[in-house]
Amino acid sequence: MPERTYLQAISQALREEMESDPSVILLGEDIGVYGGAFKVTEGFLDRFGPNRVIDTTLSEEGFVGAAIGAAYAGLRPVVEFQFIDFIACAFDLIVNFAATSRYRWGQGVPVTFRGPWGAGSRAGPFHSRSVEMWFAHSPGIKVVAPATPSDAHGLLKACIRDNDPCLFLEHKYLYRRVKEEVPDGAPPIPIGKARIAREGKDLTIVSYGMMLHRCLEAAARLEDVSAEVIDLRTIYPLDRDAVVESVRKTNKVMIVHEDTRTGGLAGEIAALLNEEAFEHLDGPIVRVTAPDTPVPFSPPLEDFFLPGVETIVRAARRLAAY
Amino acid sequence: MSPKASKAPPAPADPPRAVQLEMYYFMRLTRTLDERAHALHRQGKIVGGLFSSLGQEAISVGSAFALDRGDYLGPLIRNLGAVLVRGHTPREVMTQYFARATSPTRGKDNSQHFGDVRRTGVVAYISMLGTMVPVMAGMALAARIRGERRVALTYVGDGATSTGDFYEGLNFAAVQRLPLVVIIENNGYAYSTPVSRQTLLKDLAEKARAFGIPGYVGDGNDVLEVYRMTRRCVEDARAGGGAQLLELKTFRMRGHAPHDAAEYVPRELFEEWARKDPIERFERALGLSPEERRAVEERVQKEVDDAVEFAENSPWPEGPEALRGVFEDDSLVRFTPWWER
Repeated sequence: MPERTYLQAISQALREEMESDPSVILLGEDIGVYGGAFKVTEGFLDRFGPNRVIDTTLSEEGFVGAAIGAAYAGLRPVVEFQFIDFIACAFDLIVNFAATSRYRWGQGVPVTFRGPWGAGSRAGPFHSRSVEMWFAHSPGIKVVAPATPSDAHGLLKACIRDNDPCLFLEHKYLYRRVKEEVPDGAPPIPIGKARIAREGKDLTIVSYGMMLHRCLEAAARLEDVSAEVIDLRTIYPLDRDAVVESVRKTNKVMIVHEDTRTGGLAGEIAALLNEEAFEHLDGPIVRVTAPDTPVPFSPPLEDFFLPGVETIVRAARRLAAY
Repeated sequence: MSPKASKAPPAPADPPRAVQLEMYYFMRLTRTLDERAHALHRQGKIVGGLFSSLGQEAISVGSAFALDRGDYLGPLIRNLGAVLVRGHTPREVMTQYFARATSPTRGKDNSQHFGDVRRTGVVAYISMLGTMVPVMAGMALAARIRGERRVALTYVGDGATSTGDFYEGLNFAAVQRLPLVVIIENNGYAYSTPVSRQTLLKDLAEKARAFGIPGYVGDGNDVLEVYRMTRRCVEDARAGGGAQLLELKTFRMRGHAPHDAAEYVPRELFEEWARKDPIERFERALGLSPEERRAVEERVQKEVDDAVEFAENSPWPEGPEALRGVFEDDSLVRFTPWWER
């Protein structure tokens, strides 16, 4: 079975979907001749031709609109944002146009918006953002954030085959840092289903994306505390049942994400557990998140901004002892 | 192909008189629906926004007649006529205005925000102006990729030519040489802002130079000129000539919406443009007999009466319908409050 990086798994999913479905096309800046800023689509232009691998103008509204129109006309476009931060430039067309389309007039928009997300790469405020909650709070679009190569492969395939717009967030810190066996032609993984990444009984840690790996490392370091780690995999629709079920078992929970705190997913999960599992809680619901600042550039600043393994361990010990 | 704005491209032939009579019918239908909707709005029977195309019927009807079956059309708030020509019915329009369960959007959206890609090729627009340009470019792109000879046509107002979407969408279409026709419906005002506060250009079609595509200027109150000019652009686009920009000059004879008395518009302008009314001009050009005129009048009245009656007697949508249709799978929208469990 071939071992693949997170980036290779994404590339493989795109290739397999394009081979099996001629209506899948790609649009984005520099994705053709250059193969994409991170080389996800390297070789695609030669293989699939300029009709299906479209180098666009530098215009997020332009090519996002074009992708929506192409979807109306029967295609399944996949749009690459060079960095997910630039999705803000196309915000109107995604949240006002695409996300409301089915609701307004019954016309689905099978477009996948994908791009590199997240901090940790010393890339500064405009190449590091977490944008998931902008979209989770805009009904009509699904938001997916895989943490492993096989999830990236299977969830991207699910997004492309989905008849609704999907935002596929790929963490660029993981592109070449995690590796896993991903079989050729592996099937899609259902959107909206969380995964128990590590079984435990004393407390639950809920996370996604790059932070999932830090949570797993932290859980391994907690000698006397048996931590269960839930990988959400999808931000919207959230697998509420998986979170509630785990908390019913462990009775304590912390949520860890690199997104900033106010209005972040941790607050939403805390509110959910307050309503659904209040009587099962033996301690406060703890949020481990980035502070409410832009993502800073200099290494000491960015390291301070991002929750680290040590922080997660400390928070977990404190909660376990509550 | 000249990149600079020019007065008039060589004209295709006028349609036969029978077709011209249909064009006249659609202009009258558009105006009658519009007038009836305004009366119903004053009576408080219809809710929400209502946007009039009074005095602008020639652009919608003339341009929609220039398309072939299978072409795509992206309307705007003042293109009721185009939507009717493409096959949407007065009942669909009225049930939308009445926000009833029988409306094309089942009460989810208002005004003329509806369409049907497969049946009529019409795409439902949204309130953000200029957004239809890149979307319709995408439909033209899909047609090209699939080897279909479809053309996509959309409209922007004078105000929307200031938006980024207009530039980004049209430039994308130009570079990709897509069969997209964009009509600038220059009606003098974007809400209260006159064209002179929107651009320093004399003709908005001059913006075609920025994209390296043809740009034309025409009389938007002459339905046959609208038809001929649009038809030429559509034919050129279909033949591989790429994106086309056509500015049609007209005037908005009401305020932005019923609440707006348009006091910022000099009265003389209304008087001047009233003399250029597109329906009266077309009646004269057609040399309509009193019988022909009456026949159209009766047909239109009957259809509009039926639409109003149907809409008024249609049920309201039920509240929980609000939870349906966000995604293909309705079970994804869960909304059970804590106190009801």
